[in-house]
Amino acid sequence: MTSVDDFKKTYFEECAELLDALYAQLTNLAEQRADDETMHAIFRAVHSIKGGGGAFGFDRLVAFAHVFETLLDLMRDGRVAVTPEITALLQRATDTLSDIIDAARTGREIASGFEDELAAALREAAGGAGPGAAQPAPQQPAAEGGGEPAVPHRYRIRFSPRMEMFQRANEPLLVIRDLKRLGKVTVEADLSRLPDLAALEPEQAYLAWTLEVETKEARAAVEEVFEFVNDDCELTIEAETEVPAARRTPVGDRPAERAAPQPPKAGPPSGSASKPGARLEGPAAVQSIRVDVDKVDRVVNLVGELVINQSMLMQFSRDLPIDTASALINGIETLSQNLRELQESIMAMRAQPVKSVFMRMPRLVRELAGQLGKEAHLVITGEATEIDKTVIEQLADPLTHLLRNALDHGIESPEERQARGKPPKGTIHLGAEHRSGRIVIEIADDGRGIDRERVLAKAQSRGLVAPGAALSDEEIDNLIFVPGFSTADNVSNISGRGVGMDVVKRNVQALGGRVAVESSAGSGSRFILSLPLTLAVLDGMVVAVGKETYILPLTNIVESLRPKPADIHPVVDRGDVLAIRGAYVPLVYLHRCFAVPDAMTDPCLGIVVIVESEGGKRIGIVVDQLLGQQQVVVKSIEANYDSIDGVGGATILGNGRVALILDIARLRDAQRQPASRRSPRSDTQAFISSSPGMQ
Amino acid sequence: MPKHVMAVDDSKTMRDMVSFTLRNAGFQVTEAEDGQKALTALRSMQVDLVITDLNMPNMDGVSLIRNLRADPRYRAVPILMLTTESDPSKKAEGRAAGATGWIVKPFDPEKLVDVASRVCA
Repeated sequence: MTSVDDFKKTYFEECAELLDALYAQLTNLAEQRADDETMHAIFRAVHSIKGGGGAFGFDRLVAFAHVFETLLDLMRDGRVAVTPEITALLQRATDTLSDIIDAARTGREIASGFEDELAAALREAAGGAGPGAAQPAPQQPAAEGGGEPAVPHRYRIRFSPRMEMFQRANEPLLVIRDLKRLGKVTVEADLSRLPDLAALEPEQAYLAWTLEVETKEARAAVEEVFEFVNDDCELTIEAETEVPAARRTPVGDRPAERAAPQPPKAGPPSGSASKPGARLEGPAAVQSIRVDVDKVDRVVNLVGELVINQSMLMQFSRDLPIDTASALINGIETLSQNLRELQESIMAMRAQPVKSVFMRMPRLVRELAGQLGKEAHLVITGEATEIDKTVIEQLADPLTHLLRNALDHGIESPEERQARGKPPKGTIHLGAEHRSGRIVIEIADDGRGIDRERVLAKAQSRGLVAPGAALSDEEIDNLIFVPGFSTADNVSNISGRGVGMDVVKRNVQALGGRVAVESSAGSGSRFILSLPLTLAVLDGMVVAVGKETYILPLTNIVESLRPKPADIHPVVDRGDVLAIRGAYVPLVYLHRCFAVPDAMTDPCLGIVVIVESEGGKRIGIVVDQLLGQQQVVVKSIEANYDSIDGVGGATILGNGRVALILDIARLRDAQRQPASRRSPRSDTQAFISSSPGMQ
Repeated sequence: MPKHVMAVDDSKTMRDMVSFTLRNAGFQVTEAEDGQKALTALRSMQVDLVITDLNMPNMDGVSLIRNLRADPRYRAVPILMLTTESDPSKKAEGRAAGATGWIVKPFDPEKLVDVASRVCA
C-alpha cells in the first residue's frame, strides 16, 4: 500500500462488497426476513461507504450517502417505520448510490441533479427535519483563527484536571508536553490540594498547573491541545494581548463544538450502544485475508505442473523391476493423494459464492420490468453455491442477457397474463446448484414459452434453416442460439438486437459450459447453464487410437463396452449406430475424425465408450483401448493455435507427450451436422478457452 | 521501541489508511476488523494506543472501549475513536465509555499522527 490509488482500489472493492451486502439485506427487508440486525447492517454499509468516500473527496457520493444514512439512522431507531414503500425507496437509493460509486470509480461524469429527486425523497421520508437531514455532511471544521496575527502571543492557562481525565487515560504530562510544541512554556505546579501520603487516593486528581506559553500560533492551536481534556478539567485560557471581555472563555465554547451535546459524565454504561452480533450478511466471523488472484493462479499453475511431474514419476516407476519399484510407487501414490488435496484446497480458495453476481440481478429485473410495463418477481435460490472466481466474473453478461430475454420475450404483460388465467405478476427463477461435478444455473420463467412456429418461420426466412427441413422441437428451440437470429419484430433497446442468445452461448462455451433450453408453449421457458467447477483440471479417461492418445472427460462417460457385430447397424447418410438395450446410439470413429493411421476400424475389436453430453444425448466413441483414468491439467489450444473441431484442449501426459482432450458435445455436433445451416465456426468453440494462467 | 497501535475498523479502506499513515510515522500497527476481534487480540498483547471505529459488526467501538476500560491492563491506555461529524451522540457515548479522544473522519494524515503522538506516553 503506497499510494492513494491503492487505497482507492481497496475502497472500491469494499464498496462492491458493501453494496452486495446492502442488496442482500434489503431483500431480507423486502421479504420480511429482517431481524433486529438487518437495519443496523444496512446502516453500517452506507455509513462505511460514506466514510471512505469522504477520505477521497468524493463529495457528491458523501452528500448522497449522508442523506441516505440519515433516513437509515431514523429507521434503525424505529423512528421511521419499515413499509414496502420505504423498502422500495431504499432499493432505489442503493441503485443510485451504486451508480454514483461507479461514476467515482471510473471518473465518468454523471448528469448534475441525477440524484436530486431521490435525495429529496429520502429527506421527505426522513420527515424533512431529521437531525442533520437538511445540512449536507460538513466538511472540515471552519478554518480556525485564520485572521489572527503571527506576532508572538502570551497565553496564561490555568489547568486543573478532574479525576475523569485519568479514567479516559488522558495524562496532564502529555498535555503539557504537547503545549511545548507551540513555543516556550513556563510551568508552575499548584500542590495545595495534595493530601498527606496516608490519605492519598492514587486515582484522584490533586495537582493543578498554571502554564504560560509564548507562541506564534493562534489561540485555536492552544485550545486544540486541550481538545480531549477540556470536559474533564477546570480550564481557563487568557491571552495577555486579548481584550478582557474574552477572558475566562471556556475552551469548549467554540461554534464547532457548541452543536455537539455535552457528553454525559462518566457513569454506568448506557447499554443501548452495545449491539452484539451486529454484522452484515456473510461469514464476518471467519478470518480472511485478501490475496491477489494472480498469486493464487500462480499456485494453481504450479500444482498443475506438479501433477504432470507426478505422472511422469509414475510412468518411470512402471519400467523398474517390481521389487525395487514398490516402495517408490507407494510414495508416489501418497504424493498423488496429497497433490489432489492441495489442488482441491487451492480450487476452494478461488471459489466464491455466485451471490456476488446474483445479487445484481434483482435490480436489473426491477428496472426492466418497470421499463417494459410488466410485473415480475425474481426468486433466487442457491446463491451460496461456490464456483471459480474467473467463471463468476464472466457470468454476469450471460445472466443479464438471459434475464432480459425472459422479461422481454417470456413474461407477458399483466393483462395478457390475466387473460390466460395466470397471476398478473410473472415469476422468474434464478437458481444455482452443484450437479455431478458441475455448476448448473437455471433461469426459468412462467411466461409464454418459445413460439416454435414463429421461430421456425423466421429461421427459414433468414436462410438459417433449409426450407422443408424437418426439425425436432429441441432443434427448433436451439435455433434461438444461432447467430443473427432474432424474433423481435421491433428492435427494442431491451433485447432483440439479434446479438443476444448467440453471444450468451458463445460466452458460456468460452467458460467450458453449455446452454440448453427447455420450453413449453404457454407455460414458460427454462434456460440451463452448465459450467465446470474449475477451468484448470479435469478427470479424464485416457484412450488409445492407433499410436495416438486422447482424453475423454470422465464426467461424460456412461459406460464402455465391446459390441457384438450384430448390434452395429449402418444408417444411410448417418453412419453407424449401435443398438444398446433397445436404444440406438450413433457411433463416432475417432480415427476418422482425426485421420489416425493404423487404428482399429472395427468397433467389435476395439472398445466403444458411451458418452453423454448435457441434454442427455448419447454417442458411442470408437477407440482401440482404454489406458486408464488420470487427472489432467487442461492447457488451452486456442491460446496458442486455434480452435479445433471436437477438441476442448490439450494436456501433457506422464511420458511427456501431448494428448488432446475431446469435447463431447462438439464431437456430437460434428458427427450430426443437421440439415440446418449452422455456422461451423461458432460451433467449434474450444471446450476450454483460456484457463487462468495456463499457456 | 516504536509505539504499538491497535487499529480497529470494519472498513478495510480505513484500516489501510490508518495503518499506512501511522507506520510511515514510525508506529507499529496491528489491525482488527471489529471490536470482538480487537478485544480478543488485546487480551494476549499490550499496545500503547487503541484507535477504533464506532460503527462495527459483532462488537461496536463503544462496547470495545467499555470492555477495555474494565481491564486493569487497559485502564490507562489511551483510546481514540474514529467518528464522523454527523455523529455527535456517538462521540458522547464513546467519551462516557472512557475514550481518550477522537479523530474525525475523513482525517488529515498529519492530524492523525499528531493526535496519536499527543496521547501516547
